[in-house]
Amino acid sequence: MEWGSWNAFWNMGGAAWFVWGSYGVTILCIVTELFLVFRRRNDTVRRLLKLRRAAPTRNSMFGVREENV
Amino acid sequence: MRSFDDKKPRGKSLLRFAAPQVFYPLAGTLAPWFAAAAALLALIGLYVGFFVAPTDAQQGEVYRVIFIHVPAAWMSMFIYLLMAFWSAVGLVMNTRLSFMMARALAPTGAMFCFVALWTGALWGKPTWGTYWVWDARLTSQLLLMFLYLGYMALTAAIEDGRRADRAGAIIALVGAVNVPIIYFSVMWWNTLHQGASVSLTQAPTMATTMLAGMLLMAVAAWAYTVAAAFWRVRSFILERERHTDWVGAELERQENR
Repeated sequence: MEWGSWNAFWNMGGAAWFVWGSYGVTILCIVTELFLVFRRRNDTVRRLLKLRRAAPTRNSMFGVREENV
Repeated sequence: MRSFDDKKPRGKSLLRFAAPQVFYPLAGTLAPWFAAAAALLALIGLYVGFFVAPTDAQQGEVYRVIFIHVPAAWMSMFIYLLMAFWSAVGLVMNTRLSFMMARALAPTGAMFCFVALWTGALWGKPTWGTYWVWDARLTSQLLLMFLYLGYMALTAAIEDGRRADRAGAIIALVGAVNVPIIYFSVMWWNTLHQGASVSLTQAPTMATTMLAGMLLMAVAAWAYTVAAAFWRVRSFILERERHTDWVGAELERQENR
């Protein structure tokens, strides 16, 4: 596929809004999802560390595995 | 690979990965590789899609939406079936990790479902003259979106993790009926949406380079899904196993990093 010029490429034969609107929103969705995934990771680690410091050896000394939490 | 001190299950069978403690580091090791593969495949797929695949004889350039529309739609259906599968495994075998996997997949499936609807609307306007039409394919895909949102809302609303798992599993299993309806809707009903261009039984009805770009993007979407779900499930595992010694050790390690 030869576009001739970058202008022709970005113009997409007049379908720029439909094509780039699709690709733009998709990239936005993926970036947002990854941001949320890593933010959750950081939040979880931080929150659990805090909880653990509040009650350091509550269950581990008995070897209890609480699975229904 | 990282190791943790306390009682690590040491079976030889693949089933040992069903233990959250064993799967956690494995998922952490694999996820970046899947993400890198996804990025690389997407770059090649986009290159093929925009610089190798020809202009479509009927639709002109707007058809290039296909390189995300079809892979996203495929993934949205496939991920829902995966969620139903892991939910069923969880219910039958009573394995915690199965439910966590189902829940980790849901947001990614919802994302792809939204992308399929959005790109479909933008493709529909220039080709059908409308962004939306209540035909069987579009309506059943919209229902899939609501199933994803319902699953996520329900599992998030129930505080007791085990009950949330089971309630979500019911939605996942019942809702899975909708997936074949989406897939076959273009055959069963007279839809504005076109039939499948790619099927297992017939030769594809599109140019080889178009097909190649689309398949590359589909594999990229699959690899991305694995990466996102693995990263997400690691948070779920920490949360669920927070009272165990190995999570304690892992948290300390994260803190001292």
